[in-house]
Amino acid sequence: MPALILQLTRVGFLLLLFLFVYAVIRVIRSDLRYASADVAAASSRRARKDARRQPTGPDPSAVPRVLVVTAGHLSGTRIPLNSNTILIGRADDSTLVLEDDYASTRHARLTLQGTSYWLEDLGSTNGTYLDRTRVSTPVPVPIGSPIRIGRTVFELRP
Amino acid sequence: MSVESAEVPGKRSRRSAPQTNPDGTPTVRRPTGRAAELGLLILVAIIVTSALALVELNQNRALSLALLWYGLAFFVVFGVAHLIVRSIARYADPLLLPLVALLNGLGLVMIHRLDLANTAKALRAGDDLPSPIAPTQLVWTGVAVAFFLVVLMVIKHHSTLQRYTYTLGLASVVFLAVPAVLPARFSEVNGAKIWIKIPGAFSIQPAEFAKIGLIIFAASFLVAKRTVLSTAGKRVLGLVLPRARDLGPLLIAMVVALGVLFMGKDLGTALLLFSVFLVMVYMATGRASWLIIGLLGFAAGAYIAYREFSHVRLRVDIWLHPFADPSNTGYQLVQSLFGLGTGGIFGTGLGAGRPDLVPFANTDFITAALGEELGLVGLTAILLCYLLLGARGLRAGLAVKDNFGKLLAAGLSFSMVFQVFVVVGGVTRLIPLTGLTTPFLSYGGSSLLANYILIALLVRISHSSRMPVERPAPPPAPLNEAMTEMVPIGDLRGGTA
Repeated sequence: MPALILQLTRVGFLLLLFLFVYAVIRVIRSDLRYASADVAAASSRRARKDARRQPTGPDPSAVPRVLVVTAGHLSGTRIPLNSNTILIGRADDSTLVLEDDYASTRHARLTLQGTSYWLEDLGSTNGTYLDRTRVSTPVPVPIGSPIRIGRTVFELRP
Repeated sequence: MSVESAEVPGKRSRRSAPQTNPDGTPTVRRPTGRAAELGLLILVAIIVTSALALVELNQNRALSLALLWYGLAFFVVFGVAHLIVRSIARYADPLLLPLVALLNGLGLVMIHRLDLANTAKALRAGDDLPSPIAPTQLVWTGVAVAFFLVVLMVIKHHSTLQRYTYTLGLASVVFLAVPAVLPARFSEVNGAKIWIKIPGAFSIQPAEFAKIGLIIFAASFLVAKRTVLSTAGKRVLGLVLPRARDLGPLLIAMVVALGVLFMGKDLGTALLLFSVFLVMVYMATGRASWLIIGLLGFAAGAYIAYREFSHVRLRVDIWLHPFADPSNTGYQLVQSLFGLGTGGIFGTGLGAGRPDLVPFANTDFITAALGEELGLVGLTAILLCYLLLGARGLRAGLAVKDNFGKLLAAGLSFSMVFQVFVVVGGVTRLIPLTGLTTPFLSYGGSSLLANYILIALLVRISHSSRMPVERPAPPPAPLNEAMTEMVPIGDLRGGTA
């Protein structure tokens, strides 16, 4: 093959490789832009919601401060929330120890991520319910929504 | 492996993708990235086809329409993968598949190019023609992509893996140990006893698969024991040592795995597994004391290995003085360095160098071959691809909500990037040479298959991490008194449609 063409294709192929790398980085950049747009939209939505909801009812965007058991044999128990993870189950080292045949040893977990608590089922036998839906993947817990495990129902309050 | 799939997270959201939030505000419609993935895959097909054409041109072979068909077939394989990802993991990271396709494609082209060189060499010497291995690798690529899709279909959510923690851990360790107990006839290739060979059929390298199983085991185990590991324990010299029963299973798995690998002379995999375990323990507990304990242990282990094992000593000697015996023990490394030197900044051009002078150029030394023909610039692009692959894996781990997913994604990404570091470091004489394959580039069915499974897991995790969150609707009425209801299963599954 003529030397000139060899040189041109040699450089051309390297340019092609870097074109690919550039295209990949472009995709990452647009991904980042959407991620920041998400955050901005979420905060503006929250601000609007705050303005609307202020006079009535609990503010769903506020950080929950206390976990209140509303039904079951622990009814009335209040657990103040700090940023620690809350383990729920029959195990003695759980934050909320359930004595309930329908609960698993390590049943569910509440973790603080940003300003909201996320509920995660730890592979329990009888399931964890947020409102009426069974929790299969981690879900954010709105304030005042009942969480039911076996016979126990509790909710987060500001 | 059967994985229960009663619950299919993500299916619901696909059926009724919400256009607005419950409170009426429109959601920001974030593109799933599938279009970008398709575009990048087309670009990859173009790059790989032109690489093949360049090789043929530079080897003075006639260009034919067959090349275009090869390119098209390559694109069809990944196009099918793209379509299936689109239907079962539509929020998956759009970059993982194209990056892998590019690396795999370049590997195929380079293996084909080395086939041509080996044939030419045999012709010149008048020997029997060696059978080309590129077609075999092509078949393995197809099988590996199929495996990628099967894993993606069977594992609907990565948390199902958590149920098989100890099963996976035990199976991996046993699988890893099989070559050590098999007679050499069934397990030895080139002096390393790390294979399971079925004569006449195929041979597999169990370490590649055991690596993934052990990472899943470690992630699941550490997530379960995280709290105890980082709090309970005795304090010795300012370091918190965990109780034996908390760390026991992981420690046993690690010691057995490392022992087996050491005996089989598979130093590369031993180093890889050790670092991955160490990094995962550090990530799970967030305690620097673990890194210190691990590094001290590594230093002690490395020193003892250097003293006791002749093959370790040989590797280190070659690393320190490659030119002491350049035509015998140091030959491979010296040829690799000469090859990289010949390539220089811009390389000799694909098909125009002599990468076949390095022994094992198509497996352990494929990065040296690519470095010679694409130069520093081309090799940098390839390493950038690995970097981006690792970064996207870590990104998926950062964004996913559950701790198991985080640890698994980080462990898998780290293992892949670290493997590249060990290989490229060995080839360029930064660290002693250890026999590891370069993910996706090297010739070898086991390596390809295992790495595609790894990518399938990362794709699965990235799908759940990028899936838009459905905020539960505000409660209609207090349900405090609600007790267990009997709901027909059909209702539960289809109720939201």
